[in-house]
Amino acid sequence: MSGEPLTKTVVITNPRGLHLRPATKFAQVAMGFQSNVQVVRQGEAFDGKSPLAMVSMFAPEGTELTIEVTGPDAREALDALVAVLEAPPPPEDEE
Amino acid sequence: MEIKRGIAVSPGVAIGPALVLDTEGFRIPQRFIHPEEVAGEVDRLKRALAAAAAQTRDTQKAVTDKLGGQYGAIFGSHALMIADPGLAREVEGLIREQHYTAEYAVSRVIRRYAKAMESIDDSYLAGRVSDLFDIEKRILTNLLGQRREQIRHLSQSVIVLAHDLTPSETATLDTSRVHGFATEAGGRTSHTAIVAGVLEIPAVVGLGKFVTDVSGGDLVIVDGNRGLLILDPDEETLARYEKTRSQMKSFESGLNELRDLPAVTRDGVHVALLGNIEFPHESAHCLERGAEGVGLYRTEFLYLDKQADPTEAEHLDAYMTVLRALGPKRPVVIRTLDLGADKFLPRSEAGHHERNPFLGLRSVRLCLRNLTLFKTQMRAILRASAVGDVRLMFPMISTVLELRQCKMILAEVKEDLEYEGIAFNPDLPVGTMIEVPSAAILAEQLAREVDFFSIGTNDLVQYTLAADRNNEAVASLYNPCDPAVLRLIDNVVRAGRKAEISVNVCGEMSGDPQYTMLLLGLGIRQLSATPHNLPEVKRIIRSVTVEETVAVAQEAMRLETARDVNNYLREQTRRILPEVWN
Repeated sequence: MSGEPLTKTVVITNPRGLHLRPATKFAQVAMGFQSNVQVVRQGEAFDGKSPLAMVSMFAPEGTELTIEVTGPDAREALDALVAVLEAPPPPEDEE
Repeated sequence: MEIKRGIAVSPGVAIGPALVLDTEGFRIPQRFIHPEEVAGEVDRLKRALAAAAAQTRDTQKAVTDKLGGQYGAIFGSHALMIADPGLAREVEGLIREQHYTAEYAVSRVIRRYAKAMESIDDSYLAGRVSDLFDIEKRILTNLLGQRREQIRHLSQSVIVLAHDLTPSETATLDTSRVHGFATEAGGRTSHTAIVAGVLEIPAVVGLGKFVTDVSGGDLVIVDGNRGLLILDPDEETLARYEKTRSQMKSFESGLNELRDLPAVTRDGVHVALLGNIEFPHESAHCLERGAEGVGLYRTEFLYLDKQADPTEAEHLDAYMTVLRALGPKRPVVIRTLDLGADKFLPRSEAGHHERNPFLGLRSVRLCLRNLTLFKTQMRAILRASAVGDVRLMFPMISTVLELRQCKMILAEVKEDLEYEGIAFNPDLPVGTMIEVPSAAILAEQLAREVDFFSIGTNDLVQYTLAADRNNEAVASLYNPCDPAVLRLIDNVVRAGRKAEISVNVCGEMSGDPQYTMLLLGLGIRQLSATPHNLPEVKRIIRSVTVEETVAVAQEAMRLETARDVNNYLREQTRRILPEVWN
C-alpha cells in the first residue's frame, strides 16, 4: 500500500446519475481488492469501499469522478472499477 | 442548537427528550450505557447488523422471484449498505467512545448520512434518503426486538416529534407521558392542532423538514407560545426556558383561582364565557376552567375514521355524555356536521375531486345533499334536548334560503319524533354560525330566522380576505384585526341587537385575550373558546369597564390597516394584563 496512486477520471453519463445499484456495486467490487480505493468528487474524497459513502455521494449526470487506487493490485482494481462506472445501464432499469 | 419555526397551535413550553416517530412508531428507549456494558453492546450491534443484512438478502430473493431481478437488486444494494464495514466501524466508535446504546448510535450515524444528502437540493438524492431510512428501520427492528414500544405505552416522559400525526393518534397520546409535540406537516386549523389544544399540551406544527435532524432521546424544547422547536438547546436557552416554564405554571395557577369568580366587568356587566369542545370528555375541562356551558360542540369526530356514518344512538350517546357532565342547566350548543367533502371520502357522494374544496360541497351544503345523514344527527340532538339545555347550530350558512331549508328539515324531523312519541324540546333554540361574508352582510335578514348567532371567526377571516393562513405565501393577509373583518362583526352585532337575539363569538379570536376588549366594545356579551383560554379572557373582562372597551373598539374601527389595529390592541391589552407578553 505504498507509492503513487493509479488514477483515472470518469464522467457519469447516465442521465439519472450514479444511482443506487452502480454505487453499491462499485463498493462491492472495490472490496474484492486489497488496494485502497478513494473516489474524489470536486476535491472531496469518499471511501470507495463503503457502499453507504458511495450511495450518499452526489453524482448526477456529467459529474467527474476521479478514482484513486493504491496498493498491490491497483491496476486490476482500477480497470474493474472503471468498467463498473462505464457500464451502460441495463435497458430494463426501473430505478 | 438549532431553532425551527412553525405554527404555534397549543400554548406552553415543554422540555424533554425527543421521541421520534416514523410511520411505524419506532422509538429509541435509551441513549446511554454504562462503560462496562460496551463489549456486550458492540456484540449486540454486530449480531443485529448480520441479521438485518441476511433478512434483506432474503427480501432480495423473494422480490426477485416475484417481480424480477431489477427490483430485487434494490434490496441487494440495501444489504450491501447494511454490511458496509464503514457503518459498523462508525457505530462501534460511538458505542465505545460516547457510550451510546447501539440503537442511538445507529440512528445518529444514518441520520448524519441522510442529513448530508438532504442538504443537497436535488430530487436525485431526495428519494434516496428513504433507502437510508429503510435500512435504519431494518437494523433498529433487529436491535429493539421485543423492546420496541408503542406510542400508547410509554414508560418515560417524552416530546413527540413526527412528520405528521393523525387526529386519532394525537387524541390517544398519553398526556401523562407526552409533554408536547411538534410535526413537520399541519396547519393551525387542522384537526391535529385542535386536538392538541384540547389535550392542553404545548404543540407546534407546520415546521417543515426536521425529523431527519433529530435522534430519539435528543433534548428538545417545544415553545407553543412562539411556535418554535429548539433542537439540542444550549445551556443559556435551556435555563431561560426552564424559567419561563416555571413562571407560566405559577401564572396559570393564579388564573385557576379565577375559576369561581364571575366574569363581570368592573362596572358590573356580565359576559357569558363558554367552552368549545370536540370530545365529550372535554366537558370536564370546561367545568375546570369555570365555563358556564358549551358554546360550540363540534361533532366532526363522530364522523372521522369511521367506515360507516354514525348512528343516531352513537350521536345520542356522545351528547348524553356531555349533558351528564354539565347537568341540565348549562347550555350546550351542538353544531351540526361541519366537514368538507374532501375529508369525507370515500363513503359519501364525494367520489369526485373538488378543485376548490373550501368553496365547494362542505358543511351544511353537504348535509343538505345527504338528508339521511343530516336527519340522523338532528334526531339525536332533538332527543338530547329533552334532558338538558341543548341548542342546535347550523354551520357555514351563506344564504337565507339555505337556512330556511335547514329549518324545514328540522321541522320534518320534529314531526317524525312527535308521531313516534319520542320526547324532545319543541322550543329547541336554533342558531346559525356567521362565518361566510354573505351571512355577515345579510345578518339583519338572517337574524329574523334564528334564536342566536355565533360568529365563527376562523372561516370568516379566511373567506373575507380570501387567504388561507396555512399557505405561507398569503398567510400574512389572514388577520382577525383586519378592518374589513371588524366591520362585518360590527354589522352582525348590530343586527343581533335589533332582532334581540344573542350574538356569540367562537373561533380563536374569542380565546385570544388580545381581542377581548375589542369584542366587548363592539357589543359582544358572550364568548366561546377553548377552555384553556377562558381564565385569561376572564381576567381581562374583570379588569375593564364597558366604557373603556367601547373606546378601544371605536379607536380600532378608526384605524385603516390590520397592522395598526393589531399594534393598538396589543398595547391596550399589555396595559391590562402585562404578564401575557413579557
